[in-house]
Amino acid sequence: MSDETNAFQTALALILGRDPDLIGIVALSLQVSLSAVVIAALIALPLGAALALWRFPGRGAVIVILNALMGLPPVVAGLAVYLLLSRAGPLGEFGLLFTPGAMVIAQVILVLPIIAALTRQQVEELHGDYREQLTSMGVSRARRIPTLLWDARFGLTTVMLAGFGRASAEVGAVMIVGGNIDGVTRVMTTAIVLETSKGNLPLALGLGIVLLGLVALVNAAAHLVGETARRRLG
Amino acid sequence: MNDLRRLPVTAIPPLALEGVGFAHRSQTLLHPLDLRLEGCHRTLVMGPNGAGKSLLMRLAHGLLAPTHGRVSWEGRPPRQAMVFQRPVLLKRSALANLTYALAINGTPRRRRKVRAREALERFGLAALEKRPARVLSGGEQQRLALARAWLAEPEVLFLDEPTAALDPAAIQAVEAAVRDFHRRGTRILMTTHDLQQAHRLADDIVLLFGGRLVEHSPAERFFADPQTPEGRAFIRGELVW
Repeated sequence: MSDETNAFQTALALILGRDPDLIGIVALSLQVSLSAVVIAALIALPLGAALALWRFPGRGAVIVILNALMGLPPVVAGLAVYLLLSRAGPLGEFGLLFTPGAMVIAQVILVLPIIAALTRQQVEELHGDYREQLTSMGVSRARRIPTLLWDARFGLTTVMLAGFGRASAEVGAVMIVGGNIDGVTRVMTTAIVLETSKGNLPLALGLGIVLLGLVALVNAAAHLVGETARRRLG
Repeated sequence: MNDLRRLPVTAIPPLALEGVGFAHRSQTLLHPLDLRLEGCHRTLVMGPNGAGKSLLMRLAHGLLAPTHGRVSWEGRPPRQAMVFQRPVLLKRSALANLTYALAINGTPRRRRKVRAREALERFGLAALEKRPARVLSGGEQQRLALARAWLAEPEVLFLDEPTAALDPAAIQAVEAAVRDFHRRGTRILMTTHDLQQAHRLADDIVLLFGGRLVEHSPAERFFADPQTPEGRAFIRGELVW
């Protein structure tokens, strides 16, 4: 018991003392996950909206696959990206494996289906309300995409936060394609795995606390955004 | 509003509904009917709930394709707008709802705000321009929907029970707006189940009953001497459901 208490105290000291190792790891984690969410959103928001607006053969199958991919195991995503980026792989010449770039790619693959699938749901629901009015005004289908994305902005913020939660909490994908190289590709989750196995509990615990705080912050933000939207927009 | 030209009466192409009907899952909601609308008349579509009024509006406006017959404009399709019973406003400010409509109809960006503010002024909403449209009162929302329609400069305006959910003051504002549109030379097609309102606004009346067009006559004649038993029952207030 006293061991854990000690570890906890040391962890707090590391956080409050802004330990450079800890800061570096947290900074890289944020950089990788935020980049992944931004890139995924740029693709997934219009994609999800388009999927909500267009009817085509096989649309149902696409939606089912997209929904299923929301639960894609991170290690499988990591493995797929590993195979793509490894020396012998189709994208091997870029030398991306074991760089933060590779980690961003893997997390984009994890986050993109979440944002696209949830965007599709929200936009489709909103479009149900808007369809007749927009048709009456002669708004083209392509023009409806930015219109609906903007009007669903509060719900979509929550969606992107969910994507960020997934990216920052996963360990399997970044471990495989990043390699957990100290100072280069070591992020919070992979560091926790390593430090725990090494028995360096204070650093592992410190990172765990930061990660937990981050997730709590993301959820608080999501809640706040939802509440504000309800109050302001009715 | 001197930039809004008055259209000569003859400029708006007639709308012809020929044998137009609508069925859904083998249930006939609107029996085949013929209807021709021309000039800048105010045609009020009346009838009990479920008579097919809203359906007729949607078919005429082109929101729905008929399952029978043909809806066609004799000439180029005119500029149209529609105001719904429950106004559908974007989740943006009152002003942004109007600048959006102007962007859609191709108004240059630098002119949008000025024109949107003129329309807000005209419909008594100037003080509310920054308010989110969805938190306005029912009457204010409907006036905003009318302002949006106004900016589309429609030659034909469809209104589907625009006053059904409003209080008397708001009803008056909507009726005044309908008169303004008419004065500008807009053809009006509007549904209502309010006899008094039809009295006040109509040039001619279309009466629907049970998905059938039972009477289409000039308003004066309809109210003085309805040609059908349904028409007579309706103005006596016996044909409510």
